[in-house]
Amino acid sequence: MSALARLWRIPVGRSALIVVAAVALTALVSLVRTPFDPRRADAYAAWAPPGWPHLLGTDGTGRDVLSLLMAGARITVTVAIGAGLVATVIGVLLAALGALTARPVREAVAVFVDILIAFPVLLIAMMIAAVWGGSLWVVIWSVGVGYGVNIARVARVELRRVNRADFVTAARASGLSRSQILTHHLLPNAAPVFIVQLSWSMAAAVLAEAGLSYLGFGAPVTQPSWGLLLSDVQDYITLHPTSVLWPGIAITLTVLALNLLGDALREATDPTLARGGRAQAHTPEVIA
Amino acid sequence: MSLIVDDLSIEIDGARVVDRVGFEVPAGARVGIIGESGSGKSLTALAIMGLLPDGAELRGSIRWEGRELVGLSERERAPIRGREMAMIFQEPQTALNPIRRVGAQMTEAARIHRGVRGRRAARLATELARDVGLPSPETIVSAYPHQLSGGQRQRVGIAAALAGQPSLIVADEPTTALDVTVQKGILDLLAGLVDDRDASLLFITHDLAVLAQIATHALVLDHGSIVESGEVDRLLSEPEHPVTRGLLRDAKATLWRPGGPS
Amino acid sequence: MSEIILRARGVTREFRAPRRTLFEKRTVSFALRPVDLTVRTGSSIGVIGESGSGKSTLARLLLGLDQPTSGVVEVAGHAVDAGASARELRWLRRAMGVVLQDPYGSLDPRMSVGRIVGEPLWALGIGGDRSQRVREVLTRVGLGGVEGRYPHEFSGGQRQRIALARAIVHRPRILVGDEPLSALDVTVRAQILELLNEIRREEGMTLIMISHDIGVVQNVCDEVVVMTDGDVVEQGPTSDVLGNPRHPYTKRLLAAIPTI
Repeated sequence: MSALARLWRIPVGRSALIVVAAVALTALVSLVRTPFDPRRADAYAAWAPPGWPHLLGTDGTGRDVLSLLMAGARITVTVAIGAGLVATVIGVLLAALGALTARPVREAVAVFVDILIAFPVLLIAMMIAAVWGGSLWVVIWSVGVGYGVNIARVARVELRRVNRADFVTAARASGLSRSQILTHHLLPNAAPVFIVQLSWSMAAAVLAEAGLSYLGFGAPVTQPSWGLLLSDVQDYITLHPTSVLWPGIAITLTVLALNLLGDALREATDPTLARGGRAQAHTPEVIA
Repeated sequence: MSLIVDDLSIEIDGARVVDRVGFEVPAGARVGIIGESGSGKSLTALAIMGLLPDGAELRGSIRWEGRELVGLSERERAPIRGREMAMIFQEPQTALNPIRRVGAQMTEAARIHRGVRGRRAARLATELARDVGLPSPETIVSAYPHQLSGGQRQRVGIAAALAGQPSLIVADEPTTALDVTVQKGILDLLAGLVDDRDASLLFITHDLAVLAQIATHALVLDHGSIVESGEVDRLLSEPEHPVTRGLLRDAKATLWRPGGPS
Repeated sequence: MSEIILRARGVTREFRAPRRTLFEKRTVSFALRPVDLTVRTGSSIGVIGESGSGKSTLARLLLGLDQPTSGVVEVAGHAVDAGASARELRWLRRAMGVVLQDPYGSLDPRMSVGRIVGEPLWALGIGGDRSQRVREVLTRVGLGGVEGRYPHEFSGGQRQRIALARAIVHRPRILVGDEPLSALDVTVRAQILELLNEIRREEGMTLIMISHDIGVVQNVCDEVVVMTDGDVVEQGPTSDVLGNPRHPYTKRLLAAIPTI
């Protein structure tokens, strides 16, 4: 049974996977078609309640909320994937440097990573945006680096643990070089940890983008980010309280789904759970 | 002071891992249970102690001094465990709490079950350390487990088992993880202590030679059932059941024979 | 007298204990004091010792997995430089195969048995029909047809068979076992021991067996080396050393073994 199949069996994993897939699909579909042009303002249809033809209603300028959300999904997905990629690359690099090199290099990297971790990601993003102007790139890079170092710290421990295993010694004795051991044995075994961390980083990225865009440091006003939607309607929250519901739900659901996906992945990729064979007895003194 | 196990069966996840096992450990006796991994010997020991993992189903009877133990709640069980019976585990590494000093761990059973406190507890710790042959008993009680060797940790484990002054000691492969010279010391210690205190010993092992050193009677377990039982001397010289014979044959194939290889 | 296939001359290994404070002097501990060992082709030599004796350290040095602090290890007449690159050490890796102690840790849980056993073949650039050789060797250890399965599906004894298959797949001249039986049940031990003996005789391999179990060594090795605390205290033919021990440690060791 593959990890994906196992993931599907975990109820939480299944739901989370469905939600995440739905968001990604929505983003894709929105490239081709949305019910209305998200930018089309229709002053006569402003603040329409959910119904027909505007399934989720309209905002203050008459733009169709559903179309806005669909288009906004594109940004969500872009940021999640972009930040995720950056975080993974940085994470793997720093983890490998921190686990597999000579002692002085290892220790230097460890200190470097610890220093970077101390910086609050959102604050840095805001500082950068304040100087160079807000954009999605700011979000992607600041979240990517911020979470990259987090991944590095966790993955470093995992890499070191795997490195100590006997099968690594056996691989050396079989003639594999260090880089071969890294690609054939270390990374595949540390991958579950990376994947879980990646999922959590993407959740953080989505939340960060929403927050930064809301504050004006993220997506430019022309783009339909969910965070921007929130900031657009916030002035009218007393008049049209339900208007904040839709972008709020979208953000919450996506972040929740990515987080829970990470949790479920951790369970699904655990090699000690039977994978079609007998489960390992890890405490031989208890099982007769 | 005796233990009578009758028709004991244990099921885990629907699989019957111990099947209708019955035996007796009379007062002052040293009984061994021998079998391979998976034979059910450790589970039997855990069942007697009331330490089976969650999800294990127990059937049958375990009578300790006339009192039925099967079906007792944890609250009723706990005082018996530690005060009347105690267990020594296989891994000295994991049986001790790494962040507590060994003296405190040794006297835990006494402090909880016999109300020994403060200075009396400290004295008991030193006494126990001396009884089990630990070096520098006064100072070693303040040591942490990682500061001791494997053999010393196992001695601490034995001391902890003795602290509550139990009448039955269940030892689950206590020397398997130890060097052979250390093992000899531990076996001698255990035998001496058990005799001194008039306690009974239930000793679990997969090693026939170790069994021969410490037990007078034994049962042979295979796939959860008893296949043979009796005096250890007889089992080793005239084994009847094929499993016993197999164990003996395999042991001899890998055993050291004084005088060199034949 | 057959040729010398492995030789250790004055091999030592020091370890520097990590400093507890910044200004404390680094303490040096000797895992291994000067060891001299000569192994002839086709022989089987056992290294006996308890924990802390340095036997595993010696095994790593002989396998070229660790660099001695001083002294030299020679295999088939060539000096071994453990710090050299994997490519430069191919000749050594081809000549040696190893079975390690922990059956649950020595096989990569994410690789299929076929890939695990075949790894030395591609790593060492050995040509020919690799999958055929893998099949052959797995059948030889009694596990024919399991190439597609994964380690967790097997018991401890079966895993050691897989490890043994991996150790001999590239037809090494020397087989090193670092406590290969210690984690196994007594029945399984006997089986694996028999297998080891058979294979060794068939392929004419030299065997170096590290063990704390003297019975095992007695049953499989012609010569024996006794170690304690980083020192070799006695060595010679098995019947000699075990039948007529001279060194007090050897005597104490033998006296402690429970017998039937």
